[in-house]
Amino acid sequence: MTLIVRLKRFLNETGNVARFTGRFFSTGIKPRYENRELLNQCYNIGYLSFPLVGLTSFIMGLVLTMQLRPSLVEYGVESQLPVMVGLAIVREIGPVITALIFAGKIGSSIGAELGSMKVTEQIDAMTVSGIKPFKYLVATRVVATTLMLPLLTILGDGISLFGAYLGVNIRSVTSIDLFFLQVFKSLDFSDILPAIIKTLFLVLL
Amino acid sequence: MEKVKNEAVIVIKDLVKAFGEKVILDGFNMTVEKGSNVVILGKSGSGKSVLIKCIIGLLQPDSGSIHVFNGNVPEMNEDELDEARSKIGFLFQSNALYDSMTIRENLEFPLLRHWVDIEKEEVDRLVSEALENVDLLHTLDMMPSELSGGMLKRVALARTMILRPEVILYDEPTTGLDPVTSREIEDLILKLQKKNHTSSIIISHDMNCVKNTADLVVLLLEGKCYTEGTYEELEQSADQNIKQFFE
Repeated sequence: MTLIVRLKRFLNETGNVARFTGRFFSTGIKPRYENRELLNQCYNIGYLSFPLVGLTSFIMGLVLTMQLRPSLVEYGVESQLPVMVGLAIVREIGPVITALIFAGKIGSSIGAELGSMKVTEQIDAMTVSGIKPFKYLVATRVVATTLMLPLLTILGDGISLFGAYLGVNIRSVTSIDLFFLQVFKSLDFSDILPAIIKTLFLVLL
Repeated sequence: MEKVKNEAVIVIKDLVKAFGEKVILDGFNMTVEKGSNVVILGKSGSGKSVLIKCIIGLLQPDSGSIHVFNGNVPEMNEDELDEARSKIGFLFQSNALYDSMTIRENLEFPLLRHWVDIEKEEVDRLVSEALENVDLLHTLDMMPSELSGGMLKRVALARTMILRPEVILYDEPTTGLDPVTSREIEDLILKLQKKNHTSSIIISHDMNCVKNTADLVVLLLEGKCYTEGTYEELEQSADQNIKQFFE
């Protein structure tokens, strides 16, 4: 019985997510566009998340480098540290960690904000004022997160690589030019683009 | 009889609304005449707020009709509802001011939505006039969190009036306010009604508010219109169901 109830709940949730996505594409992206609210949300969601994402990315790059060094030294490939760290950050860790931080911060703040608006009848007041709350409150936030997460991921990757550069320089001396030359030499477009595209799906999740 | 029908701005017939098994409104009937204040009395949970949310189209009734400005609200599409809502003001119990916006932005919001082509100067003039009506012009650039409960209620009233609605729905306008502020809100309701010639439906438990504002009192009991009459008529009733509100 419990299993059936859980399955039913899971299917209901899946149905709700599908309905939400369908509603977003059917109503959220039609005119009239809420450009002012979209810009406001880009500021709230993107700009105000930058310090947290930046700090986490910096620590991640620094710690990753410090933890990888002993293993690479053991095999005598310490010189490959920038390459390895660069690939790991840009391909996988950067987008996923940024998305997780972003989801934690933004998801909870959006949930709290909209919940409070519902309780204090602000959403009903919008409906009465001729505003479509789904379009004004939900679609703008979905579009803002979709635009901001890739940008934050790129910035976070850059800060993370700088943290990695400092990590490399704790035990050895490498110039910033040489470090980034090694990193970018190992990367090509097919490493960067899929990682950025991945963030678009992480936003919806 | 024919005269009453011609002057009616809201006609509710056989309205039924249930949430699951619980029937809230069970064949409710009511008529609001042009220029009159109708107060709806009823116990907590009797469906008063549900009723006015059905009138404004925030809730869809299960059956029955709500004729407002010659259109049946449950059958209106979104555009027709928006058009009707521009003529109906709604004062929420919690004021429902947008807490992320200044008082000016709160008042501009419905204006810019309903009157898309309105000039900036006209918006400023209407916002100032609306705040002047409630003696709160100095709060123009303040945030809702900086105002007291009574001031918030007056700003909410100004926002409700800014589109110059023909009908206003008040959801417990004096709840949570001290007697002096309550009296101020009642006076404002009457003053603005006189100025703009509006019709109103007021939900209230505050018998002073009922006495001061009502042209007609409707008692909502068990989902139906139990009785209606003037305050004085109901006050003198021997019926225990009516008397309990006046004791």
